[in-house]
Amino acid sequence: MTHGTGNLSGADFPRAALPLLADDRLRRNLRHATGTIRAKRAAVVGEVDDWEELREAGRAIKAHTMRHLPELLERFEEAAAAAGATVHWARDATEACAIIGDLIAATGESEVVKVKSMATQEIGLNEALEARGITAVETDLAELIVQLAGDTPSHILVPAIHKNRGEIRDLFRAAMPGAQDVSDEPADLAAAARRHLREKFLSAKVAVSGANFAVAETGTLVVVESEGNGRMCLTLPETLISLVGVEKIVPSFADLEVFLRLLPRSSTGERMNPYTSMWTGVADGPSAVHIVLLDNGRSAVLADEVGRQALHCIRCSACLNVCPVYERTGGHAYGSVYPGPIGAILSPQLTGVAANRSLPFASTLCGACYEVCPVKIDIPRVLVHLRQEAPKSPVERAAMRAMSWVMRDPRRYARALRAAALPLRRRRTLRRAPWPLSAWTAARDLPLPAAKSFRERWKEGV
Amino acid sequence: MRLALFITCVNDLVYPATGEAVVRLLRRLGHAVEFPGAQTCCGQLHANSGYRDEALPLVRHYAEVFAPYDAVVTPSGSCAAMVREWYPRLVPEAADVAARTYELSELLTDVLGVTDTGASYPHRVAYHPTCHGMRVLGLGERPLRLLRAVRGIDLVPLPGAEECCGFGGTFALKNAGVSAAMLADKCRAAESTGADVLAAADNSCLAHIGGGLSRAGSGLRTVHYAEILAAGEGS
Amino acid sequence: MSAREEILARLRGALDGAAEAPAPPRPVVDARAQGDPELMAGRLRDYKAVVHRAGPGELAAVLGGVLAGVGVLAVPPDLPEAWLSAHSGRVLRDPDVAALDTVDAVLTGAAVAVAETGTIVLDAGPAQGRRALTLVPDRHVCVLFTRQIAPGVAQALARLRPTAPLTWISGPSATSDIELSRVEGVHGPRRLDVVIAEY
Ligand code: SF4
Repeated sequence: MTHGTGNLSGADFPRAALPLLADDRLRRNLRHATGTIRAKRAAVVGEVDDWEELREAGRAIKAHTMRHLPELLERFEEAAAAAGATVHWARDATEACAIIGDLIAATGESEVVKVKSMATQEIGLNEALEARGITAVETDLAELIVQLAGDTPSHILVPAIHKNRGEIRDLFRAAMPGAQDVSDEPADLAAAARRHLREKFLSAKVAVSGANFAVAETGTLVVVESEGNGRMCLTLPETLISLVGVEKIVPSFADLEVFLRLLPRSSTGERMNPYTSMWTGVADGPSAVHIVLLDNGRSAVLADEVGRQALHCIRCSACLNVCPVYERTGGHAYGSVYPGPIGAILSPQLTGVAANRSLPFASTLCGACYEVCPVKIDIPRVLVHLRQEAPKSPVERAAMRAMSWVMRDPRRYARALRAAALPLRRRRTLRRAPWPLSAWTAARDLPLPAAKSFRERWKEGV
Repeated sequence: MRLALFITCVNDLVYPATGEAVVRLLRRLGHAVEFPGAQTCCGQLHANSGYRDEALPLVRHYAEVFAPYDAVVTPSGSCAAMVREWYPRLVPEAADVAARTYELSELLTDVLGVTDTGASYPHRVAYHPTCHGMRVLGLGERPLRLLRAVRGIDLVPLPGAEECCGFGGTFALKNAGVSAAMLADKCRAAESTGADVLAAADNSCLAHIGGGLSRAGSGLRTVHYAEILAAGEGS
Repeated sequence: MSAREEILARLRGALDGAAEAPAPPRPVVDARAQGDPELMAGRLRDYKAVVHRAGPGELAAVLGGVLAGVGVLAVPPDLPEAWLSAHSGRVLRDPDVAALDTVDAVLTGAAVAVAETGTIVLDAGPAQGRRALTLVPDRHVCVLFTRQIAPGVAQALARLRPTAPLTWISGPSATSDIELSRVEGVHGPRRLDVVIAEY
């Protein structure tokens, strides 16, 4: 099994979360943004009578696709090539960066425009291109914000979700030529980005994109977006390079119906996103069309019977927006380009659990993610499954074993209950407990065992 | 119908009054309930923390202990969810008894057809739907329907009710910081209702929220909803 | 082994012994089903498009009104002459990108539309031109015939040729990137006018 490389792991989650939890502004920004989008999503999902059937269809199409992924990829390659695209395959992040870097170098260009793509962030493309003297200009508004700030993305859909309008205004004034007087009105900020990027769009010769879907039957790629920066990049340059994770395949053009209905409502809370582009090989626009199919650990995920459903993800980010843990920490604590609930199951599988051992535990298993996931990924189930595989401390393991040993035998169990029972005292709670319960009593009182267990009271006659 | 009570280890050790309330309530409604003394723990802590091998003997033990009964009732949404959702995956032979295991409000509403438990409880109460009860079992309105029928109760809505309190078993220890932040928000929401009592279907979540409230010096008490349904007349 | 062979081998290995996962049954789709123009108009307005209606024989006159004040108008090479009969401004047929950046508006037709979502779809077919045409100008005026309106996404897909260059447009360009609230107007046309014409 070969795992993925790239921007997929970072610091220990609980430790990385601490400074973020202390950042009040971040908490306010996140709460405001996720609160807004939750309400919008709920409203547009409520409009669809057959939402549950649609989710089930999405799940079933993806499960079927994964089961037949090799054949479907071959069919996609054949159809795309027949339509004039050149298809490349990349085993991992390094190889994908090299292929894309070489393709750009061959055009002689030193600047490319980019459409927001999780896969290119995953492989660290911008940094790899920079090392070759190629500048990648992010054109998605949130990506642009992150790039101008020298920051890293913290959300799948809205990488700058951790920043509010005032912070963005200050950033634009400082870092965007000609934006010294911009206000903090979102429309004004968007207009500044329009002015800033227009020249780049009209003169760019090479664009790099990802894809939301790749249709096996026809070789068609699909990009779903809002701003029009995607259309600019996909239409105006001479060369278009699209990095596509192998799991983005859908079998047929008609299958897009399910996903085009699920995705916008789940992600931006819209009935339909402003723009969706579909192109097949060389059509109207770029004359050189390259598609790079990326593994980078996906085959390892596919090998896991329980975990492979993580590959069904359509990156809508609904699970992030409802996650109470994500809402408190933001995306940076996850250390991977994939944060939130999906990140907590996808990143450890892509890298191998040992390289991301804290992520499967970064959840209360509350299930809010599963409830909203448009393709019904049972995230809590996969989390529990990964916890099974995660390395554990010997102390914890010993304690768990001992507890299980006591609890599997009624006599031992009853004896332990008796030993733990405390004679009636005034305080029923503890304000400070020794390790490991000290973590509990840091913020909460700990209830003490009752004077008599239930079973003893039962014996005495309830 | 032979009905057994699965008390759960947390209730057995820390909250025996909840178990007593369930027994009292069922008897008042005319149902005998047995307490198989060999029962221990459902294994949720182990299973959810990545110790499947340690959970398996507990799962098998549960299946054995409760096999003779027509129905098993438990005053814990989360333990009921463990049994119903996870047992069939962990030990296929446990699927039968898992399917006959009910959280209290399910037993009352779906099996016994009860809405009015005859209770009276003259307090202002906010109800927190705990995650596993709400999302895994799909308890929906059941606990609230039962609570609404209680005499004298002033049931007030809890803002952000469906959001997790941050307990999550070992999560509260492993990710104590995030857990405490979630808890603080839950406590604030509960206090904002002006209720005297915060009720839920899970004493472990209530221990978490109650621990936070007590640390903050709040006068808001936490009470398992079974104790409310058993309160008053006839008890 | 080439990367291609190696990846395919890895994927095949990963699926070794995996249970079959049947494709879900495909509902039969009636490609000719008609969508409701009223719903279409309402959904377009929800997303800040400006909707105009033209009865039989009124298209040119309505367009004349919509385009009043447009100094330079870009149009695809095959735009029907008749549509412009009431328009007196300058018209550029299929201008290049640099020229497109200076026009006041572009006028095109559409291929199909989705009433449920207020989406119009262009497929580079008749009266639509290249993709750049409807992208670079700041205002897009689109003529949609009522018979082109499909009720939902499924019927729209069934009417389209998959390999055509397709652009699905739902309202003017917008972004939700600042605090996750939608604001209209980023890189694509900031103004979208749709003339729903009876045929
Ligand atoms: S896991 Fe589901 S909810 Fe989360 S981003 Fe992926 S598709 Fe959306």
